[in-house]
Amino acid sequence: MLRLLLVCLALCFAAPFAHAQSLQAILQDHAEAIESPSRRTVDAVIASLADAPVDGIPTFLEDWRDKNIWMRTSDGVFFSVVEDGDGLILTDLDSGEETTVADDDGFSQAKPNAGVRRVISGALVQFLLSDPDISRRIAALESIGRDPSADQLDPLRASIDGEPDADVLARKQQLERQLTAQFGTDTDARIAAINDLSGDLSVEVRGVISQILTTRQFVAASIPDDTNVAQILVIDEDLTADEAYQLLVAEGLAPATVSTEDIVSTLTAQIADGQVAGVAVATLDTDAARYAAYETLVANGDAAPFVSPEERAAALDAHTFYTAYVEPNSAITDAAEDAQAAISVQLGVGQTFDLTLDALSLASIYFLAAIGLAITFGVMGVINMAHGEFIMMGAYTGYVVQQIVPDYTVSILIALPLAFMVTFAAGVAMERLVIRHLYHRPLETLLATFGIAIVLQQLAKNIFGTQARPLTSPDWLAGAWVLNDVVQISYIRIAIFVLALLFLGLILFILKRTRLGLEVRAVTQNPGMAASMGINPDRINMLTFGLGSGIAGIAGVAIGLYAKVTSEMGADYIVQSFMTVVVGGVGNVWGTLAGASLIGFTQKGIEWFNPSNTLAAQTYMILFVILFIQFRPKGIVALKGRAAGD
Amino acid sequence: MKNTFIARNPSVLWFLLALAVFTVVVTILSEATGFGLISTSFLKTLGKTLCLCLVAIAMDVVWGYCGILSLGHFAFFGIGGYAIGMWLMYARTEGLVQVSLQSAALPPTPQEITDAIGSQIFGVVGSSDFPVIWAFSHSLTLQLLAVILVPGLLALIFGWLAFRSRVTGVYLSILTQAMTLAMSLYFFQNDTGLRGNNGLSGLQNIPGLEDRSQAVVSLWFFWASAVALALGYVLFAYVVSGKFGSVVRAIRDNEARVRFLGYHVEQYKLFIFTLTAMVAGIAGALYYPQAGIINPAEIAPIASIYLAVWVAIGGRGRLYGAVIGAALVSLLSSWFTGGSAPDINLGFYVIKWTDWWLVLLGLSFVLVTLYFPKGIGGIFDALDRKRMGGDAS
Repeated sequence: MLRLLLVCLALCFAAPFAHAQSLQAILQDHAEAIESPSRRTVDAVIASLADAPVDGIPTFLEDWRDKNIWMRTSDGVFFSVVEDGDGLILTDLDSGEETTVADDDGFSQAKPNAGVRRVISGALVQFLLSDPDISRRIAALESIGRDPSADQLDPLRASIDGEPDADVLARKQQLERQLTAQFGTDTDARIAAINDLSGDLSVEVRGVISQILTTRQFVAASIPDDTNVAQILVIDEDLTADEAYQLLVAEGLAPATVSTEDIVSTLTAQIADGQVAGVAVATLDTDAARYAAYETLVANGDAAPFVSPEERAAALDAHTFYTAYVEPNSAITDAAEDAQAAISVQLGVGQTFDLTLDALSLASIYFLAAIGLAITFGVMGVINMAHGEFIMMGAYTGYVVQQIVPDYTVSILIALPLAFMVTFAAGVAMERLVIRHLYHRPLETLLATFGIAIVLQQLAKNIFGTQARPLTSPDWLAGAWVLNDVVQISYIRIAIFVLALLFLGLILFILKRTRLGLEVRAVTQNPGMAASMGINPDRINMLTFGLGSGIAGIAGVAIGLYAKVTSEMGADYIVQSFMTVVVGGVGNVWGTLAGASLIGFTQKGIEWFNPSNTLAAQTYMILFVILFIQFRPKGIVALKGRAAGD
Repeated sequence: MKNTFIARNPSVLWFLLALAVFTVVVTILSEATGFGLISTSFLKTLGKTLCLCLVAIAMDVVWGYCGILSLGHFAFFGIGGYAIGMWLMYARTEGLVQVSLQSAALPPTPQEITDAIGSQIFGVVGSSDFPVIWAFSHSLTLQLLAVILVPGLLALIFGWLAFRSRVTGVYLSILTQAMTLAMSLYFFQNDTGLRGNNGLSGLQNIPGLEDRSQAVVSLWFFWASAVALALGYVLFAYVVSGKFGSVVRAIRDNEARVRFLGYHVEQYKLFIFTLTAMVAGIAGALYYPQAGIINPAEIAPIASIYLAVWVAIGGRGRLYGAVIGAALVSLLSSWFTGGSAPDINLGFYVIKWTDWWLVLLGLSFVLVTLYFPKGIGGIFDALDRKRMGGDAS
């Protein structure tokens, strides 16, 4: 009890003493540096704050950074300030007591510049890593991730033990590994950290590893002993002789060569009376003449001599060209090289997988665009050049529905069947009015439907204008499924893939398992015989054409979700769709699937070789298709026997 | 032989006469001769129309006579334009560069001139090196050869591949369309060395003729186009007449039967396909110096389909039909879309022809296909029948 009393007493006496060690007191020690901070002085302030046993330092640092610290000029006391019109609301840094002053005369604001603010933010990190507010801890970790540095390592390690949140803890450990690998002082610890990182595909880790493996190019007569050599460069293999010599010149180890520009400038400088080196300027219109004139100048001592090939070769021979790691410890760079090799293998696997996903989604888009065409063209033998415009109509239907129904999920659910109905009706109307009359003139069908395509495209342009209209996907379709930093695929593409599968099943079901499908197949094989069996070929043709067009409408909604809706979007798909059908084999749903897969995978495969140029990929893909048809004129899945017809 | 050819094709003489009268009238009314009733820009439009007529009769021969609905002949037309455009651009830039390098202290070396031309032409696509395909662009002769040979070779290779594997009918049409798309995508790329979607420009300035006014140069090009159309017409009329022409038309009507009769169908088709492609290239080479600019959009599949539209509206299987179709539709197109056509005010809605012309064209195209498969040329047939007493079939 007595002891407790003593402690209380001690605290009472200690309190004023502690008050002397208040934040304000520390600040007063550095008053000048705080009031007008500079890059030169800020480090000292932060160092003394970091060791101080007082509260409120993070808040102060934030205020300071955000230019909320003002000094009362009369006594030099600092306040945290909120500006209130002309006046100021002052908060005492230690007690938190608020006072209001009417105007800011007699106060001066501390205005750290951008560089100082960056330093303050960096210093804040170590305080914030243990902040009770989780969002501030996360922000601090983000700032470390953006801009890692050696001095963050110790505060980060210190904060790991007390971390209550599992996610934040995992992130802290992850960053700790990276920082240790990069900035650790103990070789074994660094190697252990690097080994830990070697399974990680994230961009961050790849950055850390390549940071450790940073090399510089050097040239020297002999390699210094303490160098961590990455590679000895062989001239003509790793670098050209010209580059190597330029390196020598840059290091001052060899005389500069005389470039074409040097010759021109030297000659130009010495022109007198239309002559240079005794030659008329007008004759210097070839490189040979200029060289000759320059040689004359050299002989007269008026210009720097050429470096002869022998001298060049000798200089190159006398030196070793090599790259060396910035990191001096070879054990660490070896470990990092191993890690990089392991990562690049995984990276290759990941990229291949990602490419496969991309190709699959492209294939499903082609499939969706082409499956309606496969029905009208494949099953009925009717070329419908307006098919692309039906896709466009479907997309615009989706757009109009979204204008009326604001909820995106509901509007998509309405748009899909509505698009089907609209294009089904359009398809039936077109079949009744035009195509019916042209069944035996396929080339003319092509032209007539092209006329319709022009009309539909221009009508869409007149109604909706030329600018692209958005078709917004619902929230649950936004974003992407991220496996890691290499493999990711957007949910819309997954949805399109699912939709394509759905339609494959649906169409197979209709064609193979329903009365309509049976009749369609009968009419396809032999209209006359089908008619004598009591099937009405007119009705079947109409329904088939409507079905094919309706699916185009649904494909339009799906395509509109990830691409912009324009009046010309149909034209972008029509050629690819036809090729999909032709490559796959006419008259067969499986063929269309095979064609779409082949084209999708080929195009993505070509893009992989030349990622920056999708136009080239499309060009070569088309050439590939033209050649492919040479070898399999009837497509991948060719009908055999009587069904093939001719 | 000449007599029999003319005797069998009286329409050739009528056509040549009409073309000659037209050319003389336009010449007299042009700005260059002083009357000035026809402005230089309209003269260019007329000259371009003649070139379009030329490519249309080529299309008519390959489609109307041989039955190959090629959706790629306008690409050959564009390639001809590019081939001549490369020389026009190179030579003109060379002239400009020579002038600008005059001020340099030392006279320029050939390499410096080439570099300067390269950076002038290809700066727009961020390059300055001459791509391989520009290797002959300094020579007018070689580029003129390219006008004929490049489309010819492309058509030969493509046709050989396609006809050999017996791709016919709509499949062939789709394949030619794919070829056209591939070509236009190729031209669209920046790194293929044809200035990407900037295309070639300034082609109306003919190197060596800088001191002539555009009025005079345009008239010369108009004449050249008229002569080319006349020669092309006679050439094609000759090709499709006689025994050769009969075989070609027989292939259109029943390919299998002709093959069974012992003819090498593929060779006939390949000859027609290649010849028409070469003529299309020549037409393009005359067209684009009058248009002044060429870009890859001109080669897009849609252009080739419009070519088919002209021929269909004019009437397939008759050369003058193609001429009528191409002239009529292209002139109407430029009139309606040029903004000079009067808008129709319906009170509640104003029909702007710039918006509605394509709708009208598309609809009339559908109607022509459905009800007048012979096109405008069919009217002449009807007149003929009436004159003959209505018994000709």
